[in-house]
Amino acid sequence: MPELMQFILSGLTVGAVYALVALGFTIIYNASDVVNFAQGEFVMLGGMITVFAHGAGMPLPLAAVIAIVITAGVGVALNKLAIEPARGAPVVSLIIITIGASIFIRGVTQLVFDKQLHRFPSFSGDDPIHIFGATLLPQSLWVMAGALVVFVALWLFFTRTLTGKAILATSNNRLAAQLVGISTNWVMTLSFAMSAGIGALAGVLVTPITLVSYDVGIALALKGFAAAMLGGMGNPKGALIGGFLLGLLEALTAGYISSQYKDAAAFIVILAVLFAMPQGLFGKKTTDRV
Amino acid sequence: MKLLSTTALSGLMALGLVSTAFAEIKIGASVSETGPAAFLGDPQTKTLKMMVDDINAKGGVNGEQIVLVIYDDGGDPNKARTFATRLVEDDEVVAIIGGSTTGATMAIIPVVEDAGIPFISLAGAINIIDPVKPFTFKTPHTDRMACQKIFEDMEAREITKIGMISGTDGFGASMQAQCKSVVGDYGIEVVADETYGPQDADMTPQLTNIKGAAGIQAVLNPGFGQGPSIVTRNFAQLAIDLPLYQSHGVASDGFIELAGAAAAEGVRLPGTALLVTDLLADSDPQKAVATAYKTMFEAQTRTSVGTFGGYAHDAMLLMVDAITRAGSADSVAIRDALEATSGLVGTTGTYTMSPTDHLGLDLSAFRMLEIKAGAWTLVE
Repeated sequence: MPELMQFILSGLTVGAVYALVALGFTIIYNASDVVNFAQGEFVMLGGMITVFAHGAGMPLPLAAVIAIVITAGVGVALNKLAIEPARGAPVVSLIIITIGASIFIRGVTQLVFDKQLHRFPSFSGDDPIHIFGATLLPQSLWVMAGALVVFVALWLFFTRTLTGKAILATSNNRLAAQLVGISTNWVMTLSFAMSAGIGALAGVLVTPITLVSYDVGIALALKGFAAAMLGGMGNPKGALIGGFLLGLLEALTAGYISSQYKDAAAFIVILAVLFAMPQGLFGKKTTDRV
Repeated sequence: MKLLSTTALSGLMALGLVSTAFAEIKIGASVSETGPAAFLGDPQTKTLKMMVDDINAKGGVNGEQIVLVIYDDGGDPNKARTFATRLVEDDEVVAIIGGSTTGATMAIIPVVEDAGIPFISLAGAINIIDPVKPFTFKTPHTDRMACQKIFEDMEAREITKIGMISGTDGFGASMQAQCKSVVGDYGIEVVADETYGPQDADMTPQLTNIKGAAGIQAVLNPGFGQGPSIVTRNFAQLAIDLPLYQSHGVASDGFIELAGAAAAEGVRLPGTALLVTDLLADSDPQKAVATAYKTMFEAQTRTSVGTFGGYAHDAMLLMVDAITRAGSADSVAIRDALEATSGLVGTTGTYTMSPTDHLGLDLSAFRMLEIKAGAWTLVE
């Protein structure tokens, strides 16, 4: 069964990338019901800034930290300059603002950096690990571990900390949250900083595998968004499992059916799931008082 | 009226009556400096600008300064058509270079053919110049020629069964189709045919299937962008012990860097003289022109030179050569001179045009290269 094993390892590698991107969507969504389509740009910024900081002579860990901090700053700026001034606007308008922001970030990146593809060295070398006749690159383990750590941290954050609960409360009812003393502006700023930071961390981890250029964000955001929808938007568990499921679906279709149809097959399964469970696999059912 | 006065003036100039009749020669360009084809248009824009500066600094063409009017069509055929129209009607250029992509080129062709303006395309597809259109020329070799060069090399190595893994982007899909249409001529059979999306992160499932195909002797990967780098890395990860062929789409130093020297060891691809200027014999006619362009490009942009920028270099070279020989900036005279181009040495190859051949290159324009210890070497 070495073929099956190779397909599964490939699916887990790609799935971990999708899961990391999908996890970034959850925080902003939980705070504001906004699907942030600039999330892919945060991933791209994480990769690009690391590449150039590393290229300027900084050690890789320092370059990665700088990339995450700067990207978190970009997230805060996005909230302060674009989302906050449009506070009263409906969610759909805010989503469109994030699409505009993503185009803007992409444009600035190609001017500030360049349009070339880049890569930095894998963290633990490129010697493949052999598992039951199949192979896995050490960097894939880093990405999988990253996805798991971010998942556990988010899960603890939303269930065990007051701040995490304040974010959920803000999403649930902004006015009520303000009345009980939650600074909703601060919650929004925090959620953008965290989402951007997680996106940048994803960029740092996946760049040795996927490579990075100014325009990789769109495709990553699309797959991450699909994974988050499949698992249930806003739920870290859903994002994690949705990401891995999507990766495995693609790899198994490419392996056993046809590489031509792997994207189509994955999206057909997602559509089927959403028909039966519109909230995604782990999404909360919401009931509104009429 | 304009045509009349231009003809009259050039007539006078030919008689030596008017030596500085024109202040300038206007050449237009529409290239994809941004957008999905920016990897083509970006080096092309830089190349065109630096060449015009260089030519003007050396006294221009026929004593006239060249003015370059350049637009960024973003790879969008609609914009390319609009800009071509603007170049013809508003800017009144005498010739046009551009169309980084086949789509943009096909949108420009009707405009230039109607207006009778010579046009040199920078895109790959064979249908740009086949059938021949009076005013349309191009500099890049076709995908089909790249396929033929690769299959010639495979034939020499007695390879008869290959696997293909192609990108689904325009370049990959077009070359995949061209390769499959000529593969039979070389007695080679495609026993595994896989594809991947241009932004995919892992191609090990496809490569696992190719590895398992019966009797397979080599693998060919038509594609550009990150795909070929990832394919090459996955190829090494799976320890597939077969020759791997890449396309001219990734013929630049950046590819070795992205794929990693260890994974890229032994990879072969058809490239141009540009990549191996140091390895060319001093007697090689392309050595001087390729070295000069490489030095200029790398000094001014601090990025490594690539095949795509070379296409723009050759287009400008052809254009300037034609204007010089035409002795005037009359569009029809330039077109006639372009068609009479003979033995012009560019970075891509040596161009000899004719009324039936508006590309003017043959397979010798490609050189089969192999990556050894992180550097290009020539396959003899």
